[in-house]
Amino acid sequence: MLGLDKRDTKFLWIVIFLTLATPVLLQPFPEGSALAQFNAGYPDLMQRFAIFGIFAIGFNILFGLTGYLSFGHAAFLGIGSYSVVWMYKLLDYNVIWGLPLAVIMSGIFALGIGYISLRRSGIYFSILTLAFAQMSFALAYSVLTPLTNGETGLQVYTSDKQILMGATEPNSPHFFGIVMRDNFWQPNIGGWQFTFNNGYYFCAIIAIIAFYISMRIFRSPFGMMLRAVKSNQQRMSYTGLSPRPYTLAAFVISGMYAGLAGGLLASMDPLAGAERMQWTASGEVVLMTILGGAGTLLGPVLGAGFIKYFENIFSKINDNVLHGWFSFLPDGLEDFVVAVIHPFVGKGWHLTLGLLFMAVVIFLPGGLVELGQRIGRLFSRKAAEDETTADVKPAE
Amino acid sequence: MDAILLQILNGLDKGSAYALIALGLTLIFGTLGVVNFAHGALFMIGAFCSVTMQRILTISKVTIDDTKTDFLGNPLKVETPYAVDWFGPDLGSAIIDWSVPLAILLAIPVMIAIGFAMERGLIKHFYKRPHADQILVTFGLAIVLQEIIKYFYGANPIPTPAPAHFTGSFDFGVWLGFEPNAIIYPLWRLVYFIFSLIIIGAVFAFLQLTTFGMVVRAGMADRETVGLLGININKRFTIMFGIAAAVAGLAGVMYAPINSPNYHMGMDFLVLSFVVVVVGGMGSLSGAVLAGFLLGILESFASMNEIKSLIPGIDQIIIYLIAIVILLTRPRGLMGRKGVMEE
Repeated sequence: MLGLDKRDTKFLWIVIFLTLATPVLLQPFPEGSALAQFNAGYPDLMQRFAIFGIFAIGFNILFGLTGYLSFGHAAFLGIGSYSVVWMYKLLDYNVIWGLPLAVIMSGIFALGIGYISLRRSGIYFSILTLAFAQMSFALAYSVLTPLTNGETGLQVYTSDKQILMGATEPNSPHFFGIVMRDNFWQPNIGGWQFTFNNGYYFCAIIAIIAFYISMRIFRSPFGMMLRAVKSNQQRMSYTGLSPRPYTLAAFVISGMYAGLAGGLLASMDPLAGAERMQWTASGEVVLMTILGGAGTLLGPVLGAGFIKYFENIFSKINDNVLHGWFSFLPDGLEDFVVAVIHPFVGKGWHLTLGLLFMAVVIFLPGGLVELGQRIGRLFSRKAAEDETTADVKPAE
Repeated sequence: MDAILLQILNGLDKGSAYALIALGLTLIFGTLGVVNFAHGALFMIGAFCSVTMQRILTISKVTIDDTKTDFLGNPLKVETPYAVDWFGPDLGSAIIDWSVPLAILLAIPVMIAIGFAMERGLIKHFYKRPHADQILVTFGLAIVLQEIIKYFYGANPIPTPAPAHFTGSFDFGVWLGFEPNAIIYPLWRLVYFIFSLIIIGAVFAFLQLTTFGMVVRAGMADRETVGLLGININKRFTIMFGIAAAVAGLAGVMYAPINSPNYHMGMDFLVLSFVVVVVGGMGSLSGAVLAGFLLGILESFASMNEIKSLIPGIDQIIIYLIAIVILLTRPRGLMGRKGVMEE
């Protein structure tokens, strides 16, 4: 289907199913139960899963395939957001104007930054991208205030023109009348409360398309070239191929993905702030990609979901919740257990994230995907051992 | 003339901090070949050594003074720091006042221990892995260190005053024959500058004048040959890592009065000091120091009103701009050796 082989088609269908069923799958605990706070099926968080999934998929096309570690991708996220909010201000709240502009603008910026940065590789490339992103951040805060509204952040005011704004048009971001923040269905089935949100499904469909494109890139001859850049650039140039156009194309594509993600952020919430461009935001997408598994298709999405889940759910666990969980223990022991866990949850969730990230880099260079594969192999080993006539792999 | 001199002076204190951090980064890179993203966190821990010292010195003994009462009518509780109790009011309060310089005594062993632990426990296992992996694992470590500090000290900046002798400013211009009030410079920043010169001088003297330093320099030039001569170069490089950590820590200790320590100050400095290292040349110690001061001074020049009106926003981006130009035109930096990380 769609130019994919049988296995990939199956994989794509699974991803589509999981994405569309997210509002149900992330709501496994009934309302009011002790575990209800682990439910992640509320619109705001699900939108973030999809958006940062797109961001990480794009980053992975650059880092996972070519091995170039960019520390400046957040700049494109910011550019995307600003483009969309400007379209709100000038035309109207329909996101159809802003999103293509976000992709194009970030593509142009990525072309410029990439053309310069890709003259160097390794740590120098990282520092060049970092320098460009920090420059954009500093400029957005100071000199470009007429364009970015500085510290306040860019937003729509009632004095804005909005020349296409119709009289009956909704007063928040929408897609031809489908208002992003509205829920189209909110069933309550036997204590389980599900929320089906317009915005989430909008992001989800775009995320599926983004995933499909990245899958095609991975399987294409172009993707093969990008892998060649990672494994041995010198050998690649000896065969008469210049790596530069391929890496530049990968950089621009991943920049456009980041711009799209930034545009979607502004589509869900019509605001754009300069802090989206800071290098910590670039660091976050690096964390996501590595944690999930760089160079794999699904890894970055998993990583993005994992980190956003942590950020929103783990950070809510405070001492009262902990005392509630461990109330079955004797008093002294309860206090002790709570005191031990306390630094790692709630406000300290970054600590857990940092430790986890280090553990992944040290022990699992393939990220969560590799963990899954290892566990899978552990269970299937017995079955494999029985079949002594294992298939002979062709020599590489 | 006096305006130019003032900008140079203003650039010196930031430049000193950049130079010290970049010096440590380069030491680690030159000896171990590791790109250490956790170096900013070491600077931050150093600054929190000052905070800790201040807290230790002001631990107080509570005595009840029956002769006086507080506003509720209860006997007044008088808190006397142990330092005052033991050394008498004059010397005791002087010691508390000097808590930041005294924190150097605390910071050196603490930072060297942290450096050893980092190198032996974590970085050792990353020599053979690609630079990207080293960046990632030290980046994770930086997050962890930052969060540990945040857990113990909170998220707000903690004011850490300099000794009372140095809190004021003095008229630098009078010394040089300008009219009074032309060049006013905070005293502590001058102290910081001199301190950083001493540290930089000490590191260079250590490397140039001692046998240990000679072996380390030989190891930087050709690690294998030094190993073949029967010298345990790894052990010496571990010690150099400890020293590099101590340099970053000392830079942080003395920086505390200039900028109240908070848990993310390291990250703010880290990005800039990487730029400094790259501009100076990867693996070149004198390049790192030179580029540190140079960029600090250029930054302060760019923030002059005359220049800002000429090119708006230049003060925010000057350092990055210079880094981009240097990286593109002279990738080994100002003083980098040929062939070191030159791609």
